[in-house]
Amino acid sequence: MGESPLPEYHPPVTSSQNNAPFAVLLAVSAVGFLAVPFLIVLAPIEPTMGIIQKIFYFHAPIAWLLLLSTGVCAAGSIAYLFAGSDGGDRLAHASAELGVLFGACTLVTGPMWARVAWGVFWTWDARLTSSLLLWLMLVAYLLARRYGGPGAKKLSAALALFAAADAPLFYVSVNVWRTIHPKTTVVPSLGWPMARVFLSCLLLFTIFFGVLLMLRLRLEKARVALAELEIAHEDAREARS
Amino acid sequence: MRARQTTWLRSAAGIAWKDLAIEWHSREIVYTMGFLATLVVLVFSFALVAGQDSKLGPGTIAGILWVAVLFSGTVALSRTFDREREGEAIRSLLLSPVPRSAIYAGKLAATSCIMFFVELVVTPLVGVFFSAPVAEHAAWLALQLLLGTIGFAAAGVVFSAALLRSRSRDALLGALLFPVVVPVLMAGARGTTLLLDAEVPDLDPAVFWTRFLGAVDVIFVAVGVWAFEPVAVGE
Repeated sequence: MGESPLPEYHPPVTSSQNNAPFAVLLAVSAVGFLAVPFLIVLAPIEPTMGIIQKIFYFHAPIAWLLLLSTGVCAAGSIAYLFAGSDGGDRLAHASAELGVLFGACTLVTGPMWARVAWGVFWTWDARLTSSLLLWLMLVAYLLARRYGGPGAKKLSAALALFAAADAPLFYVSVNVWRTIHPKTTVVPSLGWPMARVFLSCLLLFTIFFGVLLMLRLRLEKARVALAELEIAHEDAREARS
Repeated sequence: MRARQTTWLRSAAGIAWKDLAIEWHSREIVYTMGFLATLVVLVFSFALVAGQDSKLGPGTIAGILWVAVLFSGTVALSRTFDREREGEAIRSLLLSPVPRSAIYAGKLAATSCIMFFVELVVTPLVGVFFSAPVAEHAAWLALQLLLGTIGFAAAGVVFSAALLRSRSRDALLGALLFPVVVPVLMAGARGTTLLLDAEVPDLDPAVFWTRFLGAVDVIFVAVGVWAFEPVAVGE
């Protein structure tokens, strides 16, 4: 190491700037989570399915977040693999974690509805199968990242690329297999009072996703800053002794 | 431009040839992989048919064949890359003035060849054990298996290369690869079911799934070539 100068102290980035957009989004989603339950209760009851249809306001937005986080994960991985962007890598990691979380919620709320509507918890319907597979791939991403050893970041990034390539293949299979899952075309047919509630839920959950993503990225930044600080501290002590 | 293409092809063919020559001398992968594939088929037959009079449907038979192919395929993948790790051969390979895409193509070709060779042995065995009409549309079945193998290896080569220095590579390879190659498994099993089913009047649906396998191959090879370059560079 030779005559290395004493390292300077870099305060963690998270404590300083860029708090405004985060605070605004946090406030919006807090207000949203207070308001949306009332909207859901007040929304008209769907005539054929009755009250259980209301799980749709929760289930469909988080299923969308599963898809969104796969996309964000792949985009971040591309930035990391081909531009060497560490920020992209952190973004991919954070959104894979959120994808696993929201995917788990999707896979729990879906069967709850299916038990009442179809009489079974699970069928090998194309849409259910593809959600499960996307979720499994995000779980595999986290596994690769944690246990992949040297090169784990690149391994998981490659996995994210294949996951994104798989998503349209699953989508094609939806159209080939006979599917009993309500199609996405159900949304325009809802009528305004129900669609209004659905769209606010969709917006709210997407904002919430953004909040969690930013929170996770800040946590990761702070973790990296702390690790660097520890190393610097260690180096400084060695230099002194 | 022309000269560069020829060099690329020659490098890729050289790498594939090297792997196949090593395999020709040791026959390690073909024997272990073939034995494992046979065992997978036997395990299924002990679990599903032995001791009972029932005959398996075409869907089950096609499923058994494809599961045997994919499970034994991981052996081929991990062994071809293990050989690169021994004596740090991978370092020489990466340092050589060969495009990364040519290394990828060579590895893909060699792995697919070895897997396809094993499939040529296992498929008749499935036909014998389950009295399935595997010879009826032999050319279509071979095409499906070949396309499925290329798709499987296209993803597998990237992951094996990335796992080269990982200590838990044997445990991770299957865990990462199987979710990714599910489209190959589904399309292959569906397509083969339609070929083996005597009640299906024409080949049209089987042709659809064969084309689907071809499309999967194009996508996986494109993503594979693209991802292999940064992944193979190492940490």
